[in-house]
Amino acid sequence: MNFKPMTAIAALLLSVPTFAAADADDDVLIVNGETELVTKAPAPAHLDGALDEVMSGWHFRADETQALEMDDFDNPGMLAVEAAAEVWNTVDGSEGKSCASCHDGVEQSMKGVRAVYPKWNDAAQQVRTMEAQINDCRENRMGAKAWKYDGGDITDMVALISLQSRGMPVNVAIDGPVQATWEQGKELYYARTGQLDLSCANCHEQNYGNMIRADHLSQGQTNGFPAYRLKNAKLNSVHARFKGCVRDTRAETYKPGSPEFVALELYVASRGNGLSVAAPSVRN
Amino acid sequence: MAEGVKPRVKAPKSAAAGEVVVLKTLISHQMESGQRKDKAGNKIPRSIINRFTCEFNGKSVIDVTMESAISTNPYFEFEATIPETGDLKFTWYDDDGSVYEETKSVKVG
Amino acid sequence: MEFSRRDTLALGLGAMALTMLPFRAHAATDDAIAAFTGGADIAEGGVTLTAPEIAENGNTVPISVAAEGASAIMVLATGNPTPGVATFNFGELAGAHSASTRIRLAGTQDVVAIAKMADGSFAKASSTVKVTIGGCGG
Repeated sequence: MNFKPMTAIAALLLSVPTFAAADADDDVLIVNGETELVTKAPAPAHLDGALDEVMSGWHFRADETQALEMDDFDNPGMLAVEAAAEVWNTVDGSEGKSCASCHDGVEQSMKGVRAVYPKWNDAAQQVRTMEAQINDCRENRMGAKAWKYDGGDITDMVALISLQSRGMPVNVAIDGPVQATWEQGKELYYARTGQLDLSCANCHEQNYGNMIRADHLSQGQTNGFPAYRLKNAKLNSVHARFKGCVRDTRAETYKPGSPEFVALELYVASRGNGLSVAAPSVRN
Repeated sequence: MAEGVKPRVKAPKSAAAGEVVVLKTLISHQMESGQRKDKAGNKIPRSIINRFTCEFNGKSVIDVTMESAISTNPYFEFEATIPETGDLKFTWYDDDGSVYEETKSVKVG
Repeated sequence: MEFSRRDTLALGLGAMALTMLPFRAHAATDDAIAAFTGGADIAEGGVTLTAPEIAENGNTVPISVAAEGASAIMVLATGNPTPGVATFNFGELAGAHSASTRIRLAGTQDVVAIAKMADGSFAKASSTVKVTIGGCGG
């Protein structure tokens, strides 16, 4: 046996997850000293038997990281929101339109939108994420090029739109026309992937509050997305985080924007029904 | 000029004469450290904001020399004494020669 | 298992780099301090450095420094490839001789703050910050 495979095996052994206990805290998230957000809520009915209470990822972060989300000036994610606010009013594409041409002010027209996405689109006969809806607008109404699904432009725009729902409870539909997609998402949530043979549930349902190596596991809620991560100093989309998680199980991942991740996003969002929309959040 | 650099400043609009006020600044900037390599393995050259100053009516409040260990989107919080009505001037100096400025007026009385 | 001559050599070089790195870092830190103080004596205390005991990510670590009556405070990250972080020079309208910022730390290390007092003396404070790496945030 030569040296390289040995080190690879040693590295693998070292990185097999070990869990240690460290519970979620009981801090209260008040933004700008005025808006109190619901960061703990009774679990929605469909989680009966799985979870009693759902919690925002904010509770699993260190005090210093938490503080960054408590003041919009301190929150670096707001830089991206401000950049997107300019794009909202900027004409792009062959039709000579900006977002504002159809939707007017983002504050009024997009209030409550984030809370119910992903949602069913009747005309397209499919579940649409906010990213898919934005790109549909760009291509079919503005005559502009679609943005990269998990690129900076679209993630910043999702954050701007999401901010208009901050404080409103997440309330995605799980039945009716979306039910089949929701069921598919649920299946993916509990499916083990990768060489480490881990499902979403293994970490985020069975071990939230525990440490996975140096990281404090959350419930994997999406109510705070897009999230500004200290790690890469930019806003990160839900699908980019999914991709990172699946990659960390050492699996080939689904692509951002793929039907699988859309279904998973709907299912994971539904696990946070009742929590306040808290985008843009700040995470490690 | 580095792309998309935008300063943000939080300062009070009014103060009592001689009052000490808290100022916060945040500017969007990559702060490329000069330590990272690109996909081809070549070192990405350093490109940071290397100095930040704050003055009130031409008198210095703070003058910060910045190195590459300052995080992306540099943030500063500090305090200033406001003796009279006037302007707070904030200036950031980029490695590439660009200068970014922001002014906030403070009224006394 | 067998180690080839080349593997053994690589291991040796790696070990050497490991033992030498702290020395290099210390030398650079000492140089930076000497350039700031001109070789003057440095007293402990009189300057406050606030930093988290454990940083969730080394890329953005909040720190604060304060030293009453200081004309300048220099901050160094002794374990970074280059130790310089920032030097705060306080002007005549500084409301307090304090400042906060967010810094990058390459790993667990001591952060040092050195204040230059109005009378030309120097004071020092240091704080160990553990930088967590691993799990899904690393």
